[in-house]
Amino acid sequence: MAPTTWERKDLLGLEGLSAAEIETILDLAASFKTAPPADDLGGRTVAFIFTEASTRTRSSFEMAAKRLGADVLSFSPVGSSLSKGETLLDTFLNLQAVGVTHFVVRHERSGVLEELAPLLKASVINAGDGWHEHPTQALLDLLTLRDRWGSFKGRKIVVLGDIRHSRVARSNLFALKKLGAKVVFCGPTPLCPDDFSALGATVEHDVEKALKGADAVNVLRLQIERMDQGFVPSLADYALSYQLTPARADLMKPEALVLHPGPINRGVEIASEVADGPRSVILEQVANGVLARMAVLSLCEKGRSLA
Amino acid sequence: MPEQMIVTGGLVIDPARKLEAVRDVLIEDGRISAVAAGLHRKPSLKGVPSIDAKGKWVIPGLVDMHVHLREPGREGDETIATGTKAAARGGVTTVLAMANTEPVCDTPSQLSFLRAKARTDAAITVLFAGAVTLGQKGEKLTEFAKLRAAGAAALSDDGRPLMNAGLLRRALEYAKDLGLLVIDHCEDLSLSNGACVHEGPAALRKGLKGTPWAAETVQVVRDIALAELTGARLHIAHVSAAASVDAIRAAKKRGIRITSEAAPHHFALNDKDLPGYDADWKMNPPLRGADDRLALLAGLADGTIDAIATDHAPHGCAAKSLGMDLAPFGVIGLETSLAVALTDLFHKKVLTRRKLVERLSSGPAGLLGLKAKGTLAPGSDADVVVVDPDAIWTPEAPFLSKSRNTPFAGRRLKGRAVTTLSGGRVVHAL
Ligand SMILES: [Zn+2]
Repeated sequence: MAPTTWERKDLLGLEGLSAAEIETILDLAASFKTAPPADDLGGRTVAFIFTEASTRTRSSFEMAAKRLGADVLSFSPVGSSLSKGETLLDTFLNLQAVGVTHFVVRHERSGVLEELAPLLKASVINAGDGWHEHPTQALLDLLTLRDRWGSFKGRKIVVLGDIRHSRVARSNLFALKKLGAKVVFCGPTPLCPDDFSALGATVEHDVEKALKGADAVNVLRLQIERMDQGFVPSLADYALSYQLTPARADLMKPEALVLHPGPINRGVEIASEVADGPRSVILEQVANGVLARMAVLSLCEKGRSLA
Repeated sequence: MPEQMIVTGGLVIDPARKLEAVRDVLIEDGRISAVAAGLHRKPSLKGVPSIDAKGKWVIPGLVDMHVHLREPGREGDETIATGTKAAARGGVTTVLAMANTEPVCDTPSQLSFLRAKARTDAAITVLFAGAVTLGQKGEKLTEFAKLRAAGAAALSDDGRPLMNAGLLRRALEYAKDLGLLVIDHCEDLSLSNGACVHEGPAALRKGLKGTPWAAETVQVVRDIALAELTGARLHIAHVSAAASVDAIRAAKKRGIRITSEAAPHHFALNDKDLPGYDADWKMNPPLRGADDRLALLAGLADGTIDAIATDHAPHGCAAKSLGMDLAPFGVIGLETSLAVALTDLFHKKVLTRRKLVERLSSGPAGLLGLKAKGTLAPGSDADVVVVDPDAIWTPEAPFLSKSRNTPFAGRRLKGRAVTTLSGGRVVHAL
């Protein structure tokens, strides 16, 4: 079983976690591969509050909750009423009152859960907040890499693309640094400002330099609307400089891995040959997502009963 | 018999007269009538009510040239009555109220209404800025001469920048003819666009949209050019960026008539101090980087920054609970400006006590052309503050302001106003 270093009821991000806590989650997630999960969430109810659509993350979480024996409550937020802080708290309190024990929340505002979670008895799990963190996505990335590597020490991981607006990039950075890896952020300056170096990332705007000798690259999705906002002049222009092409992928170590949080814009941030090629572990990531989320739900349930 | 009061035995600090000595201060009919040693022993002054200021400072009341009183339009957040009580508690005896009320203060009748309201409601002196443009829309100039005749103390669209350089040029030219000060909130909206904090590592870490320091500085540099072109006086509100301070310093050296102010939160805090996502820490301009803060300290010390002004901006809890990105900008400051200035400028040896009083009182009084304010010279208004520079206290709700949006709540401060007199009347006493 996992070491008992976990005492939290919530998972709001990876920045505040210790390396040992992150390892605890990964160990438990890995253990689910061989040992079937216990009925850790039997009799519990997990509610989903998503103010942004995300079929992937949501179905992965639902699968995880069901495999742990939980009931699942889907809550459809009505219009924009949830965008106001006090309304969101009311929603939580009401759902908690009818028996919800776990909230899985996706919200378009950074940090929205930090003030709400301490006010609740239920567990709160961040399924992505604004541009801030997406901890379970990073955990499934870590799980995928650790399966291959065993340890992160001395590894070089490139995160490529729209780093500025990416909660995945931040969660990856916070966790990978703690586990001893080197993280290189790469993208055009408007999407990858140099100030990220103050957070512990190596910032590199030349994709060839960034990829040279890397152990893995995590390619981020480029939101098409960034073009209208003036962050990139055109998709083609972005692709010319930053698309992960087969030639660029070959600059990495021969055994290096390609990750992508999906959904993929084929031919924009990544070439199809690479996305479907031998280095790609994109579908492994999806499978590991369920395991990582099971581990988080299960640990937060234990933390909740401690509190 | 005139109505008299005497403040005895305090260290009188009056930068306007380069006076720093233990003196008694005699007040008669709302004005300072004498400042001298041993007045209280005079037989003719036996029995006059007195305030013992031994071991304390006695300084001219603070002049805060940048406050928002929210009346009319948002009386739930603040009124002239509550805002001026808060001011009195903080040792502030004169405020300049900005024009971004609802409706905007852009007509003589609006100004007259506000001045009448202040005569009945205010605990201290309230001056009013008139808007530079109608409705603060940045399109058409207001009637400057009529506004001045109705008692406008300055002109400002604060809350919004004057984005149109051609319009600002004309505003400066008309204001110069009338002797009015134009105060500009410098922010290039195409650079600040939707941001809620300073652009830098702290914003990146939290995933919040930041505004770069350059959003301020490009406008400051433009304003300097227009002040030079027109020869008019131009005052830069709430300077926050190091590059702005450098530009203003260089402009002053070249004799351009530009002045500036800094707010206590900007010189006491930086963006790394921001705890989590608490919108009580959201203001415009935002808390900048550590180097920007140091540049403000240097600017305050060498006089590049002429005045300390709070940008007191009350917002109720409901609005501030909307979260960092949606909540309105602004923090309150009237009850803490003197204490923060003492803590972070005097006790940390950034400013001498005389320079501190200059930035808080005589400096801004001079910018607004107030002859009877910002000094304890005989004949001036008896706006007097007794200060305990060493009192340790922690600002906490309830505040006298109707709002409580301040980053200084719970922070240990050293120094505060013990007694505040406005026009010879006690308006605050601990
Ligand atoms: Zn302003």
